[in-house]
Amino acid sequence: MRKKLKEIVVISGKGGTGKTSIAASFAVLGGSDVVLADCDVDAADMHLLMQPDVQKSEAFFSGAIAKIDPDLCTGCGLCAEVCRFDAIFEQGDKYVIEPINCEGCGYGPRVCPEAAIDMFDANVGDWYKSTSRLGTSLIHAKLGIGADNSGKLVTKVKDEAKRLAVAEDKPILLVDGPPGVGCPVVAALAGADYVIIVIEPTVSGIHDLKRVQELIAKFRINSGCIINKFDINHDVTAEIKEFIRDTGIDHISDIPYDVSFTEAMTVGKTIVEYSPNGTGQYLSASWHKIKQLLQLESEEK
Amino acid sequence: MNIVIASGKGGTGKTTLATNLASYLALKHQVILSDLDVEEPNSALFINGEQKRQTEKFKMIPKWNGECTACGICQEVCAYNAILQLGTHIILHAQLCHSCYACSELCPIDALPMEPVQMGLMTELKTPVMDFIESKLNVGEEQAVPLIKETTDFIQEQYADPVIKIYDAPPGTSCPVIEAVKTADYVILITEPTPFGLHDMSLMVGVVRDMGKPFGVVINRYGIGNDDVLDYCKKENIDVIARIPNEREIAETYSRGELLFEKFPAVKSALQDIERHLFSLDLGGKS
Repeated sequence: MRKKLKEIVVISGKGGTGKTSIAASFAVLGGSDVVLADCDVDAADMHLLMQPDVQKSEAFFSGAIAKIDPDLCTGCGLCAEVCRFDAIFEQGDKYVIEPINCEGCGYGPRVCPEAAIDMFDANVGDWYKSTSRLGTSLIHAKLGIGADNSGKLVTKVKDEAKRLAVAEDKPILLVDGPPGVGCPVVAALAGADYVIIVIEPTVSGIHDLKRVQELIAKFRINSGCIINKFDINHDVTAEIKEFIRDTGIDHISDIPYDVSFTEAMTVGKTIVEYSPNGTGQYLSASWHKIKQLLQLESEEK
Repeated sequence: MNIVIASGKGGTGKTTLATNLASYLALKHQVILSDLDVEEPNSALFINGEQKRQTEKFKMIPKWNGECTACGICQEVCAYNAILQLGTHIILHAQLCHSCYACSELCPIDALPMEPVQMGLMTELKTPVMDFIESKLNVGEEQAVPLIKETTDFIQEQYADPVIKIYDAPPGTSCPVIEAVKTADYVILITEPTPFGLHDMSLMVGVVRDMGKPFGVVINRYGIGNDDVLDYCKKENIDVIARIPNEREIAETYSRGELLFEKFPAVKSALQDIERHLFSLDLGGKS
């Protein structure tokens, strides 16, 4: 019988903890079982390790931006009066929109007596369906500079990747998630079967872990923790272990401080390829444990 | 002078630079440090201050008073799908609301008055050398921008030049960062000399150029990776204003929440480079 697709999302709370390097390593270890989605659309870096061959590229439109037709504008100023985002300014005897401030609410056009304001769909970025250098599928995106709605682009990337995983009959959808606890993360977590939190044992790391845990608890998703650079602060590592034990987060592994993470990235490789007998071994063991955990979960149900 | 410290990629040392630069400059100048990374504010972990005041921050959202003529205007005008009208019943999704007021003001029977809902907390602290303001978004609250705006507005009102205002921006290149950068007279982009660091920094360069803000680059963990960031800055004619070396001992010190510049001469010297650079600039906001 065909197994249900398992959706694994890798997040970190704080950025720069090795999340993408670790997710890429899992993509290598998972091989042809995995469809990979880079949902860190704000700072999409997975393609630097996966060197994808882009098969399909599509513009992504979302939200809307208002535009005033200067020929129709009579300068009554009603639109500027109702705008709560300081996006409409008087210029000469007319009004103009400052696009960077426009939230696309559509209130201005609604009240304009001359119907001089139109809403345009904003191109907030592009998304791509690609074949990675591993020969596996990768869905990724590029958010337009300063674009809004990264949460919606995250949802788009994830939906496309999920569709592809189902179509290709793959057992695992691996998602490299965004940092933080806001809108993009919420979008990345929706529908996840398991969340991997990559964390460093620093005062900021544990602080962010606590906020991420609050969020995951709201979603009631099972989760596990990887402590990267565990040996730079043994006290905080111990504190993290206590926290995850108390909150029911699985402890997946501890990975030592190792500059070969950066060296691997510099040559466009994952740590499991660059250092298979060194730090790569910790990643292999972590992936093995995650697969075990997920299988156990499915048997219980 | 408003100095915003930003980086496309998270974890490149934004908070480290913001807290150390603020503490260092505060030895000689009047300084206010503000953490605008409202989703994950971490500056407070490195700054020991006495809490002066904590203020709840609100966003305005509509609240249904129970009356409805089923005209459907509220659902129709909402661009964010935050309102669902079922017959004469209205369902509101507060998390999706952008506070545009359209539904509230266009409802013919005024059944959707706007009411304040708490979105986060702003905390004002005082350290022996400077003031510090941190805003923290409630977990699960999706809109960071309104809280960032409230915080920067508050600081602009409270602190006039020549106070040096240093802001720790959120990571990434989307709306929250834009909101933070709007305030800037000068932007410091901090990056690390790796392929990820270069890629994410180049996105941020596009953002600050788009916004017409003067900026310079600080390279953190200098010594790892390669020279591509330096080459890029040279080619793009971008000032590299300081370099902070990579040392495991620095990472360990950071992990304990300690400031770096008193312990590591190389960090102090980088801060001096930044100070010299900032004071050599002719910035609009400087008195």
